[in-house]
Formats: sequence, structure tokens, C-alpha cells
Amino acid sequence: MQRKSLDVWVGLFVLLGAIAIMFLALKAGNMSSMSFGPSYALAARFDNIGGLKPRAPVKSAGVVVGRVERIAFDDKTFQAQVTMRIQSEFQFPRDSSAKILTSGLLGEQYIGLEPGGDVKNFAEGERIKSTQSAIVLENLISQFLFSKAAEGSGGEKK
Amino acid sequence: MNLILDLLAQLGATVRKRLEGLGAASRTFVALIAATPSVFRRPRWVTDQVHFIGNYSLVIIAVSGLFVGFVLGLQGYYTLNKYGSEQALGLLVALSLIRELGPVVTALLFAGRAGTSLTAEIGLMKAGEQLAAMEMMAVDPMKRVLAPRFWAGVISMPVLAAIFSAVGVLGGYIVGVQLIGVDEGAFWSQMQAGVDVWADVLNGVIKSFVFGVAVTFIALYEGFCAAPTPEGVARATTRTVVIGSLMVLWLDFLLTALMFS
Repeated sequence: MQRKSLDVWVGLFVLLGAIAIMFLALKAGNMSSMSFGPSYALAARFDNIGGLKPRAPVKSAGVVVGRVERIAFDDKTFQAQVTMRIQSEFQFPRDSSAKILTSGLLGEQYIGLEPGGDVKNFAEGERIKSTQSAIVLENLISQFLFSKAAEGSGGEKK
Repeated sequence: MNLILDLLAQLGATVRKRLEGLGAASRTFVALIAATPSVFRRPRWVTDQVHFIGNYSLVIIAVSGLFVGFVLGLQGYYTLNKYGSEQALGLLVALSLIRELGPVVTALLFAGRAGTSLTAEIGLMKAGEQLAAMEMMAVDPMKRVLAPRFWAGVISMPVLAAIFSAVGVLGGYIVGVQLIGVDEGAFWSQMQAGVDVWADVLNGVIKSFVFGVAVTFIALYEGFCAAPTPEGVARATTRTVVIGSLMVLWLDFLLTALMFS
């Protein structure tokens, strides 16, 4: 009898540990938002990916439809090669375009998919042709400064 | 000339002694692993020890976890509030607990709570010549005494660390959401967006497993090699806590550099 009660306590202890890990994985971690369903790969080339990271969300109309799987550098075209996994339930026309966007002013970066009008959908492993790079703050500021300077010199000529 | 020779001899003796200690520890470790199959043929021995090591450590681990969570919630809120981003409190509490504090603080407490009792128990067994008596009866103390305790420690440590982290997150929730009034939805959703199951939760479990192996082994080895006198056992118990804690901190630095770089 004493033997059995000891086993019960040990079992309870291990069970408590399992519950704790489940709690960490489901409530604190992203296990519940992870998709284990079927998916297909899409590739895209960007001139500049900014701060995009693997596992960043791919969103269309603000809804998460997939995740960035791998980011590599292509030394032939000098572009970033981004591979993403889209859930199979979401199909996109072949002329859809991909943009790198930022959530909020300083938030994380994600890929936005804009659906096109083609009748055919993307197949596994296909490449998204039209892409738009991330906006780099320094480039934006220098553009702004240059245009201001051009305006200033134009004003003098008049 | 003599002085230089003396110094050289001293250096040589130190290095030799260190190497000797390392060799003896490695041999004990290999013997312990070799004794493993016989342990899993009698799982009763392990469950007995899990009860002794794990269940009795549960209260101190859970209470410490709760208070670490409280403090993290409070301090995190003060700092994050300055930048107007107190919504990230959940993320801060969960990440620091799951990645670092959970495994490390649990291992430190484990060395103090369970490690010392293991060392003292085995040291006293040795001082009372119980281990020698076992050998006389053809019972291998490595198989009967050390190996079950080792595996019980290795099993208990990840369980305790997971409980510590989970209770700590709840503690952060109690202070952050219930007492201070951070938005509940933001608290959990920021946490879920930032904590990765494989990169963070699994690595935390791996860390606590490694710490469990290190702390339990150090405790057993110190007890097994203690001088069979009252002072010897006392010294071994102290060494368990000191070496165990330093080893945990050092391993934590190493594992963090490997996992999260």
C-alpha cells in the first residue's frame, strides 16, 4: 500500500511537469498558432529585405497565410532569395506581388502578398515575379534631402 | 636555482592533481553510464529516488518560481513603462524565464536542495562503510546506489525547471495583469508572438537536462570520493554546492552562446 502511494506521488510529479511544458508550449509559446497542415513553397527575389527574418509571417490582407522559411543571398543577381511556405488552403493568382512591409512604426517586418488577376494559381516552388523591397530609412531620408536640395537650387535659378 | 625548481615542481604537481581529478571523475562518469542498463531493468529504484529528489524539491521550486515571476513582472513593468511599451511585459517575463532564469535558478536551487542531500547521504554511507559492505555482498554500489540517484536527478531537473518557468509566467501574469493592469490580451498575444516552441521552449528543456546531468553527477561524485570522516562529508557537501553552482553558470553561458547566437 505504501509502495503504491509513493508511485502515485511520483506519477503526479511527472504529470505536473508535463502540464508545465504543455502550458509553456501552448499558452506562452506559438505552438497553437503553428500550422502543421499541408503547405507549398514560393520563392521571391528582393533587392533589399531590410530586417526580414526567417519565420517572419507572410500576410495577405493582414491575415497570416504562411511563414518565411529561408533567406539566402544570390551572388549572380546580387539579390536576396527568400523562400516562404504558404498553407495549401490559400491559393494565389500567378501574377500576385510580394512587398516587404513593417507592422507599426518600428515593429517587425513581414511579407505582404497582393493578389493579382491571373486565372492560374501558383504551383509548388514557383517564383513571385513582381516584388517590392523593404523601405530603408536612410535611403528615404537621403532621397528627401536630395529632393529638397534640388528644389532649393531650382528656386535660385528663377 | 632551487627556488625555480621548487616552483616548477609545484606547478607540475598542481597540473598533475587536476588531471588526476578529471580522470577519476571521467572514469566514474563512464562507470555510471555503463551501470545504466541494470537501472532500467529495475525502474522501482529510480522512482524511489525521483520521489526523494523531485517531489520534495517541488515546493521550494514552485514558490521560488512564483516570486521570481512577481519580481520580473514588477521590475519589467517599471522599465517598459518608461518607453510606453508595457504590452511587451508578457514577452519579457516569458522569454527571460524560459530561456535563462528557469533552468539556471532551478539548477542552483536543485544543487542546494537535492545535491547536498545526495552528497551527504552517499558520503555517510561511505563513512559508515555501507558501500564496502555492499561490495562484500557482491552488490555493485555503482549500480545499486549511484546510478538510480543519477537518473532520478536527470529526470527530475527538466520537470522542475518546466514547473518553475510555468509558475513564474503565472506570477508575472498575476502582478502584471491582475495587480498593475496591463492589458490581458496584449500580455498573452505578445508572448505567443515572441516565444518560439523549438528555439526557446525546447532549448530551455535541453538546458535544464544538461544542468541536471552536471549537478547530479557532481553531487554523487563528491559524495563517492568524500573522505570517510565527518569533516570529509562536510567538505564534500560544501564542494557540491560551490562546484555545482559554478558549473551551472559556466555551462549556461556556453549553452546560451551556442543556442541563441
